[in-house]
Amino acid sequence: MITVNGSPAEGAGRLLLDFLRENGYDPARIAVERNGAILSRSRFGETWLDEGDALEIVQFVGGG
Amino acid sequence: MKTRETDKLILGGREFTSRFILGSGKYSLELIKAAVEQAGAQIITLALRRANPGGAANILDYIPEGVTLLPNTSGARNAGEAVRIARLAREVGCGDFVKLEIIRDSKYLLPDNAETIRATEILAKEGFLVMPYMYPDLNAARDLADAGAVSVMPLGAPIGSNKGLCTREFIRILIDEIDLPVIVDAGIGRPSQACEAMEMGAAAVMANTAIATASRIPQMAEAFGKAIEAGRSAYLAGLGRVLDQGASPSSPLTGFLQDAEGRE
Repeated sequence: MITVNGSPAEGAGRLLLDFLRENGYDPARIAVERNGAILSRSRFGETWLDEGDALEIVQFVGGG
Repeated sequence: MKTRETDKLILGGREFTSRFILGSGKYSLELIKAAVEQAGAQIITLALRRANPGGAANILDYIPEGVTLLPNTSGARNAGEAVRIARLAREVGCGDFVKLEIIRDSKYLLPDNAETIRATEILAKEGFLVMPYMYPDLNAARDLADAGAVSVMPLGAPIGSNKGLCTREFIRILIDEIDLPVIVDAGIGRPSQACEAMEMGAAAVMANTAIATASRIPQMAEAFGKAIEAGRSAYLAGLGRVLDQGASPSSPLTGFLQDAEGRE
């Protein structure tokens, strides 16, 4: 199991880019933190998710 | 003399002809394009939040091309959290601007100037174009300038209050003393208040709630755009003087008609 935005999710052993696409995230429109460190978009396709990883996936929303 | 053609707002070396920074919070994504266009806005603020999976509408699809994005750090309660949000926002890939806002107070939403100065130092060194939201305090504004901010954004009134330029005298001091664009942010509720800020010499006005809570959002965005332009023109024209007391006729005091008896 991994944690995505605070909730448990299946994803250990997957490539991050595949995980994002399969779960309906647009890789071009998000930023990702893995275990507290920012992962640049260019590394989504080479980063394998490990058991216990914590991801924060963020996007822009309306705001002042 | 500055004319409308040569009068530019310069932020971090970028030039803008519009002096209206539009917020995108609290109204429908479908209205954003019309609001931006009606306002003539060239900069729009955004917030960063946890993404919802499943292909829900993304705000970036609703913002017209060529508009500069100004992500905010809303939700940050200290410098560390703001720096984290700013770095993530830049990672989404929409430029180096950041509207830095650090708020510990959940009732009045007042910015923490000391933490904001700390975060500005860090982010400016990392190449961010930092536009800090602040309480209008001269010493803090000087520290923000020294820390590398590209503008200061003093509040007119508490966020979302639509109360107007409650801090006008203190914003005046910043305009007088600070060598950066002073952009009035927060609390501006009506076009007339935005116009007044511009007449005082503010470099720009940011508004969100005033537009989001109007009955017709694009029309209110247009009204703000016009008011901000009018205020800027008035500032450049130089306001006429105010008499302490008495009056000063606007029409000649000679050449009056005589009455039937020949009296003037």
